Amino acid sequence: MDPRQNIIEKRLANINRLIAVASGKGGVGKSLIATTLALSLSKKGRKVGLLDLDFQGPSAHVILGLKNAYPKEEKGIVPPEVHGIRFMSIVYYVKDEPSPLRGTDVSNAIIELLAITQWKKLDFLVVDMPPGIGDQTLDLIRFMKGSEFLVTTTPSKVALETVKKLLKLLKELKIPIMGLIENMKMFPSSLAREQAKELSVPFLGEISFDRYLEEAIGNPNKLLETKFARDLNVILSKTNLLYKSI
Amino acid sequence: MHEWALAEAVISTVVETSKKEKVKEIAEVKIKIGELQQIDEEIFRFALGEIIKEMVRDQDSSLENMKIKIEKEPSFLKCRVCGHEWSFISQSKKLSEDESESIHFIPEAAYVYIRCPKCKSPDFEITKGRGVWIDSIRGTR
Repeated sequence: MDPRQNIIEKRLANINRLIAVASGKGGVGKSLIATTLALSLSKKGRKVGLLDLDFQGPSAHVILGLKNAYPKEEKGIVPPEVHGIRFMSIVYYVKDEPSPLRGTDVSNAIIELLAITQWKKLDFLVVDMPPGIGDQTLDLIRFMKGSEFLVTTTPSKVALETVKKLLKLLKELKIPIMGLIENMKMFPSSLAREQAKELSVPFLGEISFDRYLEEAIGNPNKLLETKFARDLNVILSKTNLLYKSI
Repeated sequence: MHEWALAEAVISTVVETSKKEKVKEIAEVKIKIGELQQIDEEIFRFALGEIIKEMVRDQDSSLENMKIKIEKEPSFLKCRVCGHEWSFISQSKKLSEDESESIHFIPEAAYVYIRCPKCKSPDFEITKGRGVWIDSIRGTR
């Protein structure tokens, strides 16, 4: 009998909302959206955690410019506070080495992380999801009950084809979908909006392609001043994320 | 003390399983700890004891006389590419303190720091002795 699964609910009990930033497709800006969302919510006075579940290609730590931070041992592991957010990632344990994990190992690592991480009280835990609709997506749905999905796409037909599959899966499993964000918008196009409508998913808005965004990677203060962050904040103001919880 | 989190998971599972099985008094729980995770048995036992004391104080008497048996399970790994099998202990001395500690927290970090001693592949499986496991719970209904 694996005892770890039993404790996960208790570990997440003091978190008000779980937001999974996902896409199905890689390279659409999930990590940037997840990290900027976490930073923005924290800047607005909320207690925020950020969990990078992309074990094969973790990148939230690069965006945050993580340096010399490590979890503290205290009846489990307590994530360090990085630029105001409690940040947990497999990078603390695998450094910048490749982590070639197969399915069962991915699940085992997720269960271990969720069983031993002491988040304490949080308004939001933002989860940076890997591409795909396999292990991490299914494990998040299984173990992080009540998670709401914030789905990201680009205007590309290629991205939308995969994003559509994630949305269909979430709908089939009756998992809450906050809505669809269209990232890296360069030209007028209504494909993403139409796709959202077709699947009865709220279309939350678009983020223009920001050619200066790369310069802000690793510098959260600069990141929050980019056009990208401003566009994301407009979207944020249209959601219920900033409502005061009762 | 990361052992505390695992001890808490063990006790929580024991309590829930006993409730499900309508066990009034738990006589014994047998726990296996896999060598790969390098759990400090003394700390783990201390944490289990403290958590039980706390629960008994909170009126859960089912755990009061519970005996705890801990068995260490040797860890074995098997290469998926060349089929070679080896024990974790035979290679563990090659790990640095940091690498060992990472495997202690997340045993899957083994795939980052360990390679098949024969063909150097990272594509192996942990066949035995990964983490903490409840082997059996004995009690009276």
